[in-house]
Amino acid sequence: MSVKISVNGKPMEVEPGLTVEGLLTLLDVKREYTAVAVNREITPKATYAAVTLNEGDKVEIVRPMGGGAR
Amino acid sequence: MYDTNLVLGGKEFSSRLIVGTGKYASMDVMREAHEASGTEIITVAVRRVSLPSGESILDYVDTKRYTLLPNTAGCYTADEAVRTCYLAREAGLGEMVKLEVIGDQRTLFPDVMGLLEATRTLAREGFTVMPYTNDDPIMAKKLQDAGAACVMPLGAPIGSGLGIRNPYNIKIILESVTVPVIVDAGVGTASDAAIAMELGCDGVLMNTAIAGAQDAVSMARAMKLAVEAGRLAYKSGRIGKKLYATASSPIEGLPDWTS
Repeated sequence: MSVKISVNGKPMEVEPGLTVEGLLTLLDVKREYTAVAVNREITPKATYAAVTLNEGDKVEIVRPMGGGAR
Repeated sequence: MYDTNLVLGGKEFSSRLIVGTGKYASMDVMREAHEASGTEIITVAVRRVSLPSGESILDYVDTKRYTLLPNTAGCYTADEAVRTCYLAREAGLGEMVKLEVIGDQRTLFPDVMGLLEATRTLAREGFTVMPYTNDDPIMAKKLQDAGAACVMPLGAPIGSGLGIRNPYNIKIILESVTVPVIVDAGVGTASDAAIAMELGCDGVLMNTAIAGAQDAVSMARAMKLAVEAGRLAYKSGRIGKKLYATASSPIEGLPDWTS
């Protein structure tokens, strides 16, 4: 049985019990200058390992990009 | 000539030119242009990580040398803009933010109602808020009262390169607020930046004018010189404008050539 979540708008199926920490490792996301929000709420870096992802969770992973101030 | 530094959120900056990170032909050109601009503040957007995650823009921006200024470009509500700022802070990009609440996709003019609301919220949360706003003196004052660290009126629409379309409003804004005034958006070429500074603005923020130029690195240098020249001219106190000529040489002592 897997848990259906969405990551940056894309559907994904993950193992039950997967944490934000586990997801970032799975996706090989660099931690520096990265932030995560689950269901619109920001997940502080210190809690990555404690936050478990549940069915239907919407995960956003962001970082700086070129742009703005055009 | 002695000049004070630009102060934002308790930090001092000797460069009065703030630049962006978008639309460059390559990351290497961007890095060189930043160098040539002499800037100390570089603005970045906050976006979803592309998966799998490749190289980061910050591989090309020395974060020890430059102060990062996350922006909320692309946000259309106060709520989105505020959340983006929280994300930026959590990502370690600092608490100085270029706040944009866009009202309309075609003009990219600010939604000043949303802007004011977001400014109030973020200032209360300890952010150094730098709002992109209209060239409206009343709104500038309201933003200052809401806790903005500076006001950033547009010279012309974002990316338009039309220059400072309403210098008189910018002048009134300068008289209306005590926080720094930074022209954000609309600059097309060096003289536009110089005009902003000659008016008495405290800085200029631009991206497309540099990134979109055929030679971005040279244009970055031109902008550095223009901002410095405009600032120096402003501090030096220009002459008044007169309709008729005033001779520079004395009239007395002319030889007599009459026969």
